[in-house]
Amino acid sequence: MSTYILHRLLLFIPTLFGASILIFVLMRLVPGDIAEILVYQTGSEASAVQQKQIQQIRRELGLDRPVVTQYLDWIGGAVRGDFGQSYVQRRPVIDILKERFPRSMELAALTLVIAIVWAVPLGVVSAVRQNGPLDYLARLISLSGLSLPLFFTGALILYGLVRFFRWLPPLEFVAFTENPVENLKQLIWPALAQAYYISAPITRLTRSQMLEVIRQDYVRTARAKGLAERAVIYRHALRNSLLPVVTFIGWWGGRLLGGLVIMEMIFVVPGMGSALIQAVSQRDYPAVQAMIFVMALVFLIVNLAVDLLYAWLDPRIRYA
Amino acid sequence: MKAAFTRFVVRQPLGAAGAVVVLVLIAVALFAPILAPHGPKDAAFAPYVAPGREFPMGTDQLGRDLLSRVIWGARLSLYVGVVSVVFGITLGSVWGAVTGYLGGAADAGSQRVVDSLMALPPIILALSLMAALGQSVDNVILALVILLTPTAARTIRSVALGVAANPFIEAAQATGASQTRIIFRHLIPNCMASYIVLVTTNISYAIVVEASLSFIGAGAPPDEPSWGGMLTAGIQALETAPWMVFFPGLAISLAVFGLNLLGDSIRDLTDPRLRGGLG
Repeated sequence: MSTYILHRLLLFIPTLFGASILIFVLMRLVPGDIAEILVYQTGSEASAVQQKQIQQIRRELGLDRPVVTQYLDWIGGAVRGDFGQSYVQRRPVIDILKERFPRSMELAALTLVIAIVWAVPLGVVSAVRQNGPLDYLARLISLSGLSLPLFFTGALILYGLVRFFRWLPPLEFVAFTENPVENLKQLIWPALAQAYYISAPITRLTRSQMLEVIRQDYVRTARAKGLAERAVIYRHALRNSLLPVVTFIGWWGGRLLGGLVIMEMIFVVPGMGSALIQAVSQRDYPAVQAMIFVMALVFLIVNLAVDLLYAWLDPRIRYA
Repeated sequence: MKAAFTRFVVRQPLGAAGAVVVLVLIAVALFAPILAPHGPKDAAFAPYVAPGREFPMGTDQLGRDLLSRVIWGARLSLYVGVVSVVFGITLGSVWGAVTGYLGGAADAGSQRVVDSLMALPPIILALSLMAALGQSVDNVILALVILLTPTAARTIRSVALGVAANPFIEAAQATGASQTRIIFRHLIPNCMASYIVLVTTNISYAIVVEASLSFIGAGAPPDEPSWGGMLTAGIQALETAPWMVFFPGLAISLAVFGLNLLGDSIRDLTDPRLRGGLG
């Protein structure tokens, strides 16, 4: 087990390192440089004053130094939680992260809980009653979930709320600690829309895994020794069929933070996704860089956790 | 030919239905200039006209005919989807096959690059690429190519490893064939089935990513008739003009549904274990 953990950890570090280089390089692909964009944003012709401004911004941001030094500076700061200053908001990027990150995490957690509570039982029922009406209904629901793009589902839910319930997304965000009911009222709709989307593949996977497992010999043995059907399904079949489902949910959970960008936009949730879109449109590169880095970090940590969980659940993996 | 066609319809009814949808999509895209009653960028009419006799899908916030924009949107979606997938999957496949066959440091190194690219949530990677490249349809294609390449590299690498273990590769090596010859004459042709599956299953994905990017406001420029961009405008006018959400949304859902059905059945046909099922 410890060799396995060590192996996984050793893979984690170079991947994170690679991702950080990638993010850094991406932000420097911008035609011209950031200082020029920031100054010319105002739209006037180049003047001596602006030239001076550009020089000053370059110095402030350290853009006049070699790229490798810039990268080392950035990653060194990032490790200590210092992501520099936001150009636009004139405050440390870490403050923006502290404000936005928990909101997106809450939305992501809510989404995952809804998706699991809904999708896994649906997949089980679908498999146990294979080719029955419930099975067809479940498959239809998940097939349509796969085909409707996320932003269309979100838009339809929003339309329904606006049209029939006169509900508009609140302009102020209420924290869960302040007022849990108001907070959930705000987050439940984007969470439902996103959960509908990701529950489709979870239902399909649970169904196909269950179908495979309930044909195994040990399930027949469990039935033969006279166990109740419930015990057979839940104690013997479900546990073993859930392994790939766990991995899949983890994989989704990791990238959920990125996928929520669209939901946050439709339902006006001031989370990290909407902050990222804003930062991109304002060309606030330190903020963009930091947020993408955090998303990649969360993804890699969740992946690592899922791999370890998987190894713990399935002894065959850790000894292979 | 006719027999093969009938067999496909009988064995893959859902796939055949998907094929019909896809053919309609292609026809609409090809004949957009003839089919569209007005220009997609002509802001020549009253804004927010409800769907009716004159404008079957209504008009948008700038007074453009929505039907024409949805029709031209098919062309944009399909163009972006097909071009990015063909380039991205081809590039990734060659990369995966070559590094997989060579093995060693080249393979390990390239796998770390793939890991790094796949560590970023896809929409975020595309978004940051667009932030760096600037908004245009061509840059959406470029971003999609970068997004699709690592996936293809990973899949084809594992396929290539399987093919490379065959005796005919060893035979080619024994006869003194060069590595280039082995890779391009013996290895890659035997990965073609997986390549075709990757292409067909990823077109709908690319179309959704393009629409999502345009929806966020980071994809095609706002005046381009992108289904995703139209939806964004629709959400801002949700109460006055809900048709601006319905029609582009319906168009993209239908296109994705058709492409998914067709892609699934092509995948099933190339996998003998799945042959004969009804999906």
